[in-house]
Amino acid sequence: MSAATTAIGIDLGSRMTKVVRLSDGDLTDAHVFDTGHDPLSRLLEVMEGMEAGALLATGYGRYLARNHLPCATVTEIRACARAARRLCPDCDSVIDIGGQDTKAIELPERGWFGRFEMNDRCAAGTGRFLEVMAEALGYGLEDLGPQALRADRPVQINSMCTVFAESEVISLIARGEDRRRIALGLHAATARRVAAMASRIDTGRRALFVGGVAKNPCMVANLREELPCELIVPERPELAVAIGAALIALDEAHGGAEATGDPGRGNRAEAAPRSD
Amino acid sequence: MSEHNQLLADLGLDVQLHDKLLASQAKSYRDIILSQPDRPGAMAYFDRAAHGAHGGRVREIVDAREQGAKMIGTFCVYVPEEIILAAGAIPVALCGGTTFSVPYAEKAFPRDICPLVKSTLGLALADICPYGPIKDMAVGETTCDAKKKVWDVISQSVNFHVLELPQKKTERGGDLWLHEVHEFKERVEELTGARIEPGVLAQKVRLMNRKRRLLRDLNELRMAPRPPISGKDALLVMQLALIDEPERFCNELEALVAELRQRVEDGVSPFAPGTRRVLVAGCPSVLGNWKIHHIIETSGAAVVCDESCTGTRYFENLVDEGAQAVDEQLEAIAERYLRIDCSCFTPNTERIEHVVELAGECRADAVVQYILQYCHTYNIEAIRIARALRSAGIPSLEIETDYSEEDAGQLRTRVEALLESLQGVSP
Ligand code: SF4
Ligand code: SF4
Repeated sequence: MSAATTAIGIDLGSRMTKVVRLSDGDLTDAHVFDTGHDPLSRLLEVMEGMEAGALLATGYGRYLARNHLPCATVTEIRACARAARRLCPDCDSVIDIGGQDTKAIELPERGWFGRFEMNDRCAAGTGRFLEVMAEALGYGLEDLGPQALRADRPVQINSMCTVFAESEVISLIARGEDRRRIALGLHAATARRVAAMASRIDTGRRALFVGGVAKNPCMVANLREELPCELIVPERPELAVAIGAALIALDEAHGGAEATGDPGRGNRAEAAPRSD
Repeated sequence: MSEHNQLLADLGLDVQLHDKLLASQAKSYRDIILSQPDRPGAMAYFDRAAHGAHGGRVREIVDAREQGAKMIGTFCVYVPEEIILAAGAIPVALCGGTTFSVPYAEKAFPRDICPLVKSTLGLALADICPYGPIKDMAVGETTCDAKKKVWDVISQSVNFHVLELPQKKTERGGDLWLHEVHEFKERVEELTGARIEPGVLAQKVRLMNRKRRLLRDLNELRMAPRPPISGKDALLVMQLALIDEPERFCNELEALVAELRQRVEDGVSPFAPGTRRVLVAGCPSVLGNWKIHHIIETSGAAVVCDESCTGTRYFENLVDEGAQAVDEQLEAIAERYLRIDCSCFTPNTERIEHVVELAGECRADAVVQYILQYCHTYNIEAIRIARALRSAGIPSLEIETDYSEEDAGQLRTRVEALLESLQGVSP
C-alpha cells in the first residue's frame, strides 16, 4: 500500500463528524460520530484504528484537525464539489443539506466549482431544523421522513424560524392536527426554502443531493417537486463531503487535481452509485 | 487621571467606559493592522492618527474651538467638505465602526438597523464619542431610510441640518441639489458667522481635489501587479481621510504615495507573487471596521481596490477649479457630489457598470460585495451587480454581515471557497 492509493478524509461538521478511507478508489472504512463537545479525542481514537494514508480535513472544525493531525484543509464547499464530480460526473450542481448549513454549488465545465450559495447564521432549511421539529412531533429523526410520506396532505407551516416553527408545531398538535400532516408540511416548507436558495445558482439539468438530510425520503420527494431539475441521491450521501476530502488528498498526492484530469466533467467517468 | 482622560471627563464622557472601548480597539488594532508583515514606513503616521482619533485629534479640535472654530459632524460622503472648510469650520465624519457601542443603540432603537448607524448612535448614547460634545452642528442627508428616521430623533437634541438629496438624477433632481448646496452654505455661514469668499472657497476646492488626487494615486498604486500596500492599510488611510486635518493628511499621504511608487519599482509587496486579487464593493467600512478586509487578506488574497464610500466613492471625480464667482463654484461643487453613485438612487445603473469596469481595471480575480446587514439598498443592488459581473466572467460573492465576530468562521469559509473556486481555471 502506498500513500498514493489510500486516503483518509475527515469532515468535522457542526453536528456530526465523518471519517472515511478510500483505497484504490473504493470506500473501505467509514466512521460517523457526534461532533459533541470534544470531537478531537474521538477523532484521534478513530484515526488510531485506521490504516495510514494521505490525510485531509474539511468542515467547520477543519482547523481543529489541522492543529492536531498532519493534514491540510479545504473548505467543505470544495470537498462537496469534488465528491459530486466523482459521485455524479454528469451533474451540473450539488445541493448539500447538513446539520447546520445548507449549500448549493455550481459544477461548471471548467474549474473546481463555480458560484455557490450558503445559508446565513439561521438554522432554517438545515438538518437542525428538521431535528428540532422531529422532537417536537415525538418522532425519531429517522422516522420523520417516512411518517410524513404517509400523510394524505400537508399542513401549511408559516414560520421558518426554528423557534417559531417549534411553537407553531406545538400549537398545531394541541389543536389536534395529524402529526404526519404537520411533518409533511414541515418538509414542504424546508424544501421550498432550500429550492429558493438553489435558484440563486444555476442548477442546470441535474443536481446531486448530499448531506445527512438526503437520507430523508420525504425531503428528496419534496425537493424534487420544488427544483427545476433532476435530483440524484448517491449512496451514503452523509459521507459525501468526507469522500470529497479523501479524493482531494489523493489528487494532491498525484500532483494536484489538474494532473489527474479530474474535476473537469467527463474526463474521468467513474461509477456513480445511485439510489433513486 | 491622565491629561487626556481629564479632557474627556471635562467633555462629559463616561471615562471608564471609554477606556474599555479603547482597550478593545487597541487589541483589534494590534491583531489586525500592526501584525501585518512588510508595512510601508510611512504608515507610521497613519497609525498615530488612528490612535489619535480619540486623542490628539480631539485635543486639536478642542483647541481650535477655543480659537473660535466650529466643528461639523458628518455621516455621508455627499456632504460638501469644501464649504465647511471655507467657513473655517472642521468637518469630521462621525460614523461608528465598532461593535462595542452597538448594544447601547439597541436599547433605544430597533435592532434591525444597519450596524453602521447603530454603532454611531451607540457611541453617542453611551457618552463615549469624544466628538459628540464638541460638535457645533451635525449634518444628515436624505439617503437611506435608517438614516433619515434617525435624524428625526437626534435633531431633537443636537443642532442639526439635513441635506435633501434627490432620489433620481434628473434635471429637476439636479436643481434641487444645487438649491440644497446653496442653503447648506448659508447654514454654515450662519453657524460660523463667516462669509464664504470665492478666494477661500477656491483654495478649499483645490485642497479637497488634492486629497482626492492623492487618494486616487494610492488606489492606482494598489492596483500594481504586486500591490505595494495591503488592502487593510489602504483602507485605514481612506478611513482617516474622513477624520484627519486635511492639509497634514495630504502631506503625509504624499509621502506614502512616494514610498509606494518606490516599492512598486523595487518590487516590494506584503503579498507573495501570484496572490489572488479581490475588489471589495458595497457599503463603507469606517474606522474601527476592518472585518471583511481582514478575513480576505488572512485567507490568502489581497484587496486591491475598494468600491465604497471608504474608497472610490470618496475620491473619484474632481470639482472643476475654473469657477470664479461663489455661485459658479457652488454649481461645480454640486455637480461633482451628485456624481457619487450611492445605491440610494434609483435607477443607479452607472454604479453597476462602474463595478464591472473597476474589477477589470484592478484585474480582480473576484469581487466580494460587502453588505452591512439591513442595508437594503446595497443588498438589493447586489443582485444586479452579481449578474453583471457574471456576464463579464468575473466570479463574485455577496457577504451580508454586521460588526460582530460571531459569523467570522462562516465568512472565512465562504471567502476561502471563493478563492478555491478560482483554482483549476487558468488565470
Ligand atoms: S453609502 Fe450612501 S448613504 Fe452611506 S455614506 Fe455612502 S453615499 Fe452616504
Ligand atoms: S450602510 Fe446602508 S443602511 Fe447603513 S447607513 Fe449606509 S446606506 Fe444606510
